[in-house]
Amino acid sequence: MTALVFWFLAAIAVVASLGVILIKDIFRAALFLILSFFVIAAFYVTLYADFLAAVQVLVYVGAISILLIFAIMLTREVKQGNLAGNAWLSFVVAALFLVILIFAIVNTSWAKSAVAPEQITTVAIAQQLFTSGGFILPFEIASFLLLSAILGAMAIARER
Amino acid sequence: MNIGLEHYLVLSAVLFCIGLFGALSRKNAIVILMCIEIMLNAVNITMVAFSRYVTPTQLTGQVFAIFIMTVAAAEAALGLAIILALYRSRAKVDVTEIDLMKQ
Repeated sequence: MTALVFWFLAAIAVVASLGVILIKDIFRAALFLILSFFVIAAFYVTLYADFLAAVQVLVYVGAISILLIFAIMLTREVKQGNLAGNAWLSFVVAALFLVILIFAIVNTSWAKSAVAPEQITTVAIAQQLFTSGGFILPFEIASFLLLSAILGAMAIARER
Repeated sequence: MNIGLEHYLVLSAVLFCIGLFGALSRKNAIVILMCIEIMLNAVNITMVAFSRYVTPTQLTGQVFAIFIMTVAAAEAALGLAIILALYRSRAKVDVTEIDLMKQ
């Protein structure tokens, strides 16, 4: 059953990602991107990451795709996204990288643990993030990064 | 056949390389940003898969994935702001024609 769900989701994810890079109309490409965000949220559910699945839907499907569609609408005259002249070179680079990655993944013996995973992850993630032994400093730096990104985006996109 | 860590790793490698091919070969800057989002999502799948199969009780990988999402949101906002500013000043979003710093 789990295997069936995995292969089904994997097929949708690969097809949706291929749609993003191969479809000429960039609005349709953005819709395929939203589909792949949803499928990745489903992958998080199969990996027992319920909180991350919710965050994926909120942040990616809710915010980033709306932002992308806004940008597509605001630059509407440029509907077509053509392939550049070096598409074959890019394909060779990506395919070579994929072969190397799969070779490395298959030939490494991963230190897997047989312990059952946490079922309710929200409490555990909050403890990791907000206790003093955890990731409290990176959390604060991330909030500062977001604040500066907001200010920078407003400063760049503002009409002069 | 049981689904294990390697399946998720190979899947995320495939998604990453699809995004890499798109980011290298497309000319529209918005499509390039979308491909970068695909690549970041592929990395997130790797993080969560490691968190599930290697450290199932500590969830460090999921915390890393949250940080990656934060940086991805900042990157998308800034990238789209830059694209809008470019479109406003030059009326194009084609990366092969935006070569002001090359000359």
